[in-house]
Amino acid sequence: MSALRSLLLRREAGILVMIMLFCLAVGLYKPQFLTGNNLRVILLLTPLIMIAAMGQMLVLVARHVDLSMGSILGLSAMVTGMMFRDMPQIPWMLGFAVAIGTGALLGLINGALVTLFRLPAIIVTLGTLNLYRGLTFIISNARQVDRQYIPTELKAMSQTSPIFGVPSIIFIAFGVAILAYYFTMHTRVGRQVFALGSNPVAAPLRGIKANQVTLLVFTISGALAGLAGILYASRWGFVNPSNTGAGFEFQVIAAVVIGGVSINGGVGSVPGVVLGVLLLGCVSAALPLLGIPGAAQNAIYGTVILIALLIDRTVRQQGVLGLRRLPA
Amino acid sequence: MSAAETSPPANVAGRESAPPRPLWHLVLVRPETLTLVLLILGVIVASRLSPYFLDIGYILRSFALSAEIALVALVLTMVIIAGEIDLSPAANMALSACIFAWAQASGVPIPLAVLLGLLAGLAMGGVNAFFVIVMQLPSIIVTIGTLILYRGLAQILAGDRSIRIAEGFIGVDRILVLGVPLPVVVFVLAAIVLALVLGGTIFGRQIYQIGTNEVAARHAGIRSRRIKLILFLMIGVVAAIAGIMTASRLGSVRYDLALGKELEMVLMAMLGGTYIFGGRGTIPGTFLAAWLLVVVSTGMTVANLLPAIQMTVLGILLIVSIIATNFIYSRTQR
Amino acid sequence: MTGPAALSQTQVPLISARGISKQFAGVEVLRDVDLDLRVGEIHALLGENGAGKSTFAKILAGVHRPTTGTIALNGEQVEVANPVVAQRLGITLIHQEPISFPDLSVAENLVLGRSEDGWFSPVPWAKMTRDARALMDLLGVDIDVTQPMRGLSIADQQMVEIARALASDSRLIIMDEPTAPLTPREVETLFGIARRLRSEGRTIVFISHRLEEVRALCDRVTIFRDGNKVGTHTIDELTDADIIRLMIGRPLKEYLHKPRTEIGAVALEVENLTLPGRFEAISFSVRRGEIVGLGGLVGAGRTDVARAIFGVAPALSGTIRINGKQATIREPDDAIALGLAFVPEDRAQAGIFRSLSVEQNITAAVPARIAPRGFIRRSVEKALSSEAIRSLRVRLASARQPIGELSGGNQQKAILARWLLTDPTVLILDEPTRGIDIGVKAEFYDRIGELAASGRAILLISSELPELLALSDRILVMSEGRLTAEFPRAEASQEKIMKAAVPRSATLGEAA
Repeated sequence: MSALRSLLLRREAGILVMIMLFCLAVGLYKPQFLTGNNLRVILLLTPLIMIAAMGQMLVLVARHVDLSMGSILGLSAMVTGMMFRDMPQIPWMLGFAVAIGTGALLGLINGALVTLFRLPAIIVTLGTLNLYRGLTFIISNARQVDRQYIPTELKAMSQTSPIFGVPSIIFIAFGVAILAYYFTMHTRVGRQVFALGSNPVAAPLRGIKANQVTLLVFTISGALAGLAGILYASRWGFVNPSNTGAGFEFQVIAAVVIGGVSINGGVGSVPGVVLGVLLLGCVSAALPLLGIPGAAQNAIYGTVILIALLIDRTVRQQGVLGLRRLPA
Repeated sequence: MSAAETSPPANVAGRESAPPRPLWHLVLVRPETLTLVLLILGVIVASRLSPYFLDIGYILRSFALSAEIALVALVLTMVIIAGEIDLSPAANMALSACIFAWAQASGVPIPLAVLLGLLAGLAMGGVNAFFVIVMQLPSIIVTIGTLILYRGLAQILAGDRSIRIAEGFIGVDRILVLGVPLPVVVFVLAAIVLALVLGGTIFGRQIYQIGTNEVAARHAGIRSRRIKLILFLMIGVVAAIAGIMTASRLGSVRYDLALGKELEMVLMAMLGGTYIFGGRGTIPGTFLAAWLLVVVSTGMTVANLLPAIQMTVLGILLIVSIIATNFIYSRTQR
Repeated sequence: MTGPAALSQTQVPLISARGISKQFAGVEVLRDVDLDLRVGEIHALLGENGAGKSTFAKILAGVHRPTTGTIALNGEQVEVANPVVAQRLGITLIHQEPISFPDLSVAENLVLGRSEDGWFSPVPWAKMTRDARALMDLLGVDIDVTQPMRGLSIADQQMVEIARALASDSRLIIMDEPTAPLTPREVETLFGIARRLRSEGRTIVFISHRLEEVRALCDRVTIFRDGNKVGTHTIDELTDADIIRLMIGRPLKEYLHKPRTEIGAVALEVENLTLPGRFEAISFSVRRGEIVGLGGLVGAGRTDVARAIFGVAPALSGTIRINGKQATIREPDDAIALGLAFVPEDRAQAGIFRSLSVEQNITAAVPARIAPRGFIRRSVEKALSSEAIRSLRVRLASARQPIGELSGGNQQKAILARWLLTDPTVLILDEPTRGIDIGVKAEFYDRIGELAASGRAILLISSELPELLALSDRILVMSEGRLTAEFPRAEASQEKIMKAAVPRSATLGEAA
């Protein structure tokens, strides 16, 4: 039992060690990997995933999953981008409110379908994944929002910043992580999310309003995907109805499960997820240096998810062994 | 549009479920009946949009474009009835097609290349089965992982290029059997065989039983793990067949073959009245749903609707159809 | 034994329940119970399995709502609508296997559901941990409150539950068979704490089958039988024999005895069957034509033995012989091939396929008979199932209707029908008449008798003593994972069985 405990405690430490070993190994082979400039490359790869991963973590902790995050990102980015294009006079900061608001609404719809009809989140969000992507095409008439329409100030957020030349979207990402940490560790509802995922049957017996908590996590997940959407416009300077956010949900799920969030609910930590995101970032940054085609990325994500599932199972198994006997 | 048509019959079906049930009523509350009604409505609406729809040849040619997906959906129906799910077959199609294409492009004789593709499909089914049956992980999340993995491997193998298929193997959809494109024939034959297997054999019977109550099935001496293994292997091989058929139809293979098509597969099963929590559903239901879906999407194409709108409609259809079948089943449960 | 029971009897009782009745799906499980719980007493609820004591406790704790009746707390009528309300009223129920959130820390488990603050109000970790430590100190237990609940032993989890009751200043703490999973040392600690809580003026309801424990701890006992309250007494008024008599006291005449049948060769023989934590060194045999009853309390390990023999959860060591030949049974499939059949206790979970037809349910275990070449032959299936339906008199509208639409008794007949089709040599029946109407029960007894008469060996697990006595040729009794007694039919009595079934505290340690 105490071995299990220390294993859980060491989960984050384990990811950290993996990151360091990985970086060292790559650095030995290609020294330029360990330069400050490359660190900047790594960091720039991660903010969108990090923001969305905080939302996905909450959803997974509550024993659900959100497959529609990439499409929410795309639709929110499109709504915001079109606003920039069609109403250039409005203040660019308003774009954040619009993107986050759109995302929150789409997330709320997911949550409502899951709670009202008692449907598995995976099927609901597989449906809305396509639904939201389709809507993106419809509202945009399948046209991209080009570079010239994205406000310069917004694009600048991904370029420079007053502090050490680190782009502000990185600060935003870490800011979101800190907020997520506060939410999960220091608010009552944050802990209720964990309680709900840990034992959904007992939660109502302890006065937890399961439906409301579920709605909240899906809404937060959507809102964060929306925030990632406007930052996508900042980072890449365009919004495309088919590319923007496509496949994004898988990167997010990969990062979150590497970060030690259990698919069985109830387990997960913000530091773990942050490290998971960074590890994925390091891998992505190392591939071109090592001469591995970018095409290998998906295969790596897939493998990583499966390995993380196995690790999660091993960790769990020790805990439930007494309760559930496996058929021999 | 189709979404709005779904709810009224569902309500009628639900209200009628009083204890003494006449035969007509048992027939009426079957979700497949709903699918059939929708299909007829769909054809009527579509033929008003375009006279093409009264041309059976046109519908058959349109169906040939989705036949591979529909073929996999048939086996997926059985997997879902058994209480599991597989989201990876579309990626499996891509990887087995890539392996097949790569093999024949590097000089392996076609029959051997096909065999390689099929073996790859079998292996992919085996990997899913390993994680689900041996490691006892939920299939829903395992197959998301393998979906990304298989697609990623296809990407590594094919890179960004398309692999050309040898001239002689191109055009499976242009082979006509009694005027019907071969993929459609394969689909129809597969539907008949699988309907017999699911509805008429003990294997099919036991699929329903483990999907209804796996614990009770075990107590009745049913080896559920063996059945699930067979199903995962089956869907792996069938996905490979579908992938190779797609390769032949398109004439070249890219890693993004059948990208995102898992939705359509799940949708066909759901629209056909398969219960997402297992234990219920039929092959004829999925069969009808496949036609319904082709009519709807072709109808939308004919009506000059953007492909994107079709995507939206598919998403809505998926959600509405699960809600509707859930509703019907929860009413007939007690 | 000599607790401060001499409390003022004139005081208003803490709880005053009046006319409490409860029905589940039309079956009355509790009938017009009046009960007062005094301030500062430890009150035992005793009764056979299904006598209604746990239901009563759950009604007090808001898990169930009574069908009729009222509850007054300190003289004021209250509505205990749900467990959260109960908690706020100061009533805590501690389950045998406590409900917890395994991934959250002990300290968090203690406070969850107590605060009525808003969603986004901060979690006072420091105070929470401090309070939790203080409670653990108060209870005198050594539990690290920052560790997740998952790693705790059951005893420690119970302590956390008690701490939770104290944290919300519960005046009434109900413990439902708390000692069953504990070691003697842990039981002593628990009793020490219970006595201290009593001296603070709290009231404790203690549900247990162990008479020694009741005697050592409790001030008064209330005995339940068949959903009725039989009486409330101070513990010193009653001898153990009195208590057992009050718990059973049911006329035997309503049941017919099994017809005498010819007893043949040994069909099932188990030797030294052991599954650690569940049962130890179980050896017995059942002959053809014989009904062997297996009695004991819930949790004694009887079902585990049956599941092990049938291959659902095989034993770790020991041998099983069928018709004299050693058998390897890893899966129920193997058992069926050897001529075993098993009607499980939990019909809904392990027996029926609720949404499938009666016909399909009946033929589930004989695939080879209805589908000789893999294809189902409807005519054969129909013939087999309708014959089984007729011979067991299953009442239904159509063999094609979902089995879920049948009554419990007819579902059970269908399950029995399933096994008759396999023509088993050995039939294991686990609580075959649970949740079945009296009328149908009698029919079942006839069928079971006939089955034995046709030369099958029957192992009958039942918690209903009259049923065991009426049907069995021999009766085995299990207690805490061991066989404790064996009586031939002529020598068995309810008192003897009960005595062997009630655990001795002395043997406690070995089983745990």
